[in-house]
Amino acid sequence: MDFELSDDQIALQEAMRAFCESRCDSEALHELADAGGPTHQLWQELAEMGVFGLCVPEEQGGASLGWVEAMVVFEELGRSLVPGPLVATFLAAQNLPEAVSGDAIVTMLDSAARPVMLEHPDFANHLAVIDGEAVLSIGIDWSATDNDEATSLDPLTPVIRIEEEHFSSLLEASSVLDTDAYLWQLRGAALLAAQQLGIAAGATASAVAYAQERKQFDKPIGQFQAVKHLCSDMLTSVEVARAAVYFAGAILDDPSFGDEQRAVSTARLMASEAANLCGRNCVQIHGGMGYTWEMDAHLYLKRAWVLDMTLTPPEQHAEVVAQLLG
Amino acid sequence: MELRYTPEETAFRDELVEWLESVLPSVGSPPDRHDWKSRRSYDSAWQKMLYDAGYAGINWPKEYGGRGATPTEHLIFLEETTKRGAPYVGMNFVGLLHAGPTLIVEATDEQKQQHLPAILRGEEIWCQGFSEPNAGSDLASLQTRAIRDGEDYVVSGQKIWTSFGHAADFCELLVRTDTEAPKHRGITWLICPMDLPGITPRPIRTIVGSEEFCEVFFDEVRVPVANRVGPENDGWRVAMVTFSFERGTAFISEQLTAMAQTAELAELAKKITRGSTTPWEDASLRKEIGSLAAHLDALWALTLRNVSQAQRTGVPGPGGSVFKLAFSSVKTKLCELAAQLEGRAGLEMRGDDDPTGGDFTAQRLYTLSLSIAAGTSQIQRNIIGERILGLPKER
Repeated sequence: MDFELSDDQIALQEAMRAFCESRCDSEALHELADAGGPTHQLWQELAEMGVFGLCVPEEQGGASLGWVEAMVVFEELGRSLVPGPLVATFLAAQNLPEAVSGDAIVTMLDSAARPVMLEHPDFANHLAVIDGEAVLSIGIDWSATDNDEATSLDPLTPVIRIEEEHFSSLLEASSVLDTDAYLWQLRGAALLAAQQLGIAAGATASAVAYAQERKQFDKPIGQFQAVKHLCSDMLTSVEVARAAVYFAGAILDDPSFGDEQRAVSTARLMASEAANLCGRNCVQIHGGMGYTWEMDAHLYLKRAWVLDMTLTPPEQHAEVVAQLLG
Repeated sequence: MELRYTPEETAFRDELVEWLESVLPSVGSPPDRHDWKSRRSYDSAWQKMLYDAGYAGINWPKEYGGRGATPTEHLIFLEETTKRGAPYVGMNFVGLLHAGPTLIVEATDEQKQQHLPAILRGEEIWCQGFSEPNAGSDLASLQTRAIRDGEDYVVSGQKIWTSFGHAADFCELLVRTDTEAPKHRGITWLICPMDLPGITPRPIRTIVGSEEFCEVFFDEVRVPVANRVGPENDGWRVAMVTFSFERGTAFISEQLTAMAQTAELAELAKKITRGSTTPWEDASLRKEIGSLAAHLDALWALTLRNVSQAQRTGVPGPGGSVFKLAFSSVKTKLCELAAQLEGRAGLEMRGDDDPTGGDFTAQRLYTLSLSIAAGTSQIQRNIIGERILGLPKER
């Protein structure tokens, strides 16, 4: 038994971190936010890094790696707040070769969720719809439609609201992308957890750096226990979430070791809790500056909230775990 | 990353399980918590059985009579003994988990020969004389004085929170041997026999009603210089050597028990009737139980990671502080939830505060000690903030 990352996994982590930090530093993130989300160049580079094909078999153009590696990659994407419909494109890539190459940019919806809010409407060119037991695929082109403009919660995650009739007509033009919506939800929850883990870790690093540099009463504020203990609680939530996330990844790779659903739901709950706590504390520790648009603190918390609202919400996973007890 | 156990680890588990299944039926149930004499013989008898079967001092080096097991095998040992209801380490806790490992690293050959085999066989019970009324979180400010007089140290002062102080044979005792030096540099670590003249243990009644702890008074107690472990005035370093080990594995049994109790709570919630319904029909309660189980599963994963780290590096990292901080709050939630489900049945104390079992009312009270003992949650947050995150020290 060895629950530590292997040398190859650490190398992957370092490569991803270096890439994400170089493309999405604070300045770049704010530029992307002003421009309304991710760019095609960023997406192409992510595809070239092999992000979307990570768990796709080699003969289909992927890297044939496992879910622990997927957790590594999504933790880094989360840490640097890399924008875009990452989870949906990653999931779709299992059945859609164009997603591996970055040509298909896939956003997703649950057909039962109301209102129908769509993320990255202008950027994505494919829509995956979880519809009962299957996942449908729809090519989208918004140029000829007029949907409600919306001001998005997260400036890096643009959204529109789709009218009911329009949504119904979209569904008519769909084809089946994946026959197993259960697996889509399961893997999606694990990826969201890894991304939220990264957000929690990124927010913690940002808050700790600020607590070391910001002085009041002639001392770095991190010297005061009131602030130090907020930071310690952040790290504790991150470490607990990280253990849960990698445990889920390892069980997805080898389901003989435990209950996949229970492990993934646990990871989703713990990572959401960590991302919310760390996002809030990051704003708090930045004080008045944390409440301003120009800082990054709000971007961590907003993305944490966006991911909470993606697929089955975390608190539903508490119900799932409860039902699996015994 | 590999969650599967190696063939060696699996063989270790199989052999252990076979042994446990053969001996456990002959081990009776634990005696009354207040009957110290019976408790001592019960805990000692179990330790002797472990010794005879080769499972005593599972993580101690072979040359000192231990099994030399890896951290993972130690984890397996704690997992299987807990799951199968084997006796808890009990009164052998300080000897096996703290004093013994300290002696292994720091003691002379003579001291090792005198104490290590006896600890392993359950023949020597140890207690800890570290905290004092005025030295709690600020342990290094301890004032119990030891003045050298010929071949003895003459010790006077008071210790507190000494578990098993009235039943132990030896005490790992921290004393001040230099009052002029900075506080961390004037401390010495002594092996103090508890039957020396001038030692008076007095039990302290806890909020659970048990008398687990003692305060121990030392009135000109003559401890031979030969009982000193490590150099004079180097006792702080000697004590710190084993602190991280104590935090590394101390909670694994409790953790497994809490996981089993969470499943029991779910069953309880389905059984109790309130009017025409059960608490389980309440979605918000189900979510609370689910969230509790998730927290405990996540902490189990964290334990696997801490054990893996210890296996790779040879020492447990500061992850122990993270674990203890998180576990204290999760265990508290478990007991609060249990109280909610038990309702007025909780007015009665049925059992004891045994951390690996007992009834929920006693445990609900016991959880208040979890965030205080072995470093308060506030101290753990300082450790995390300063040693892991690198935030500046307050002092």
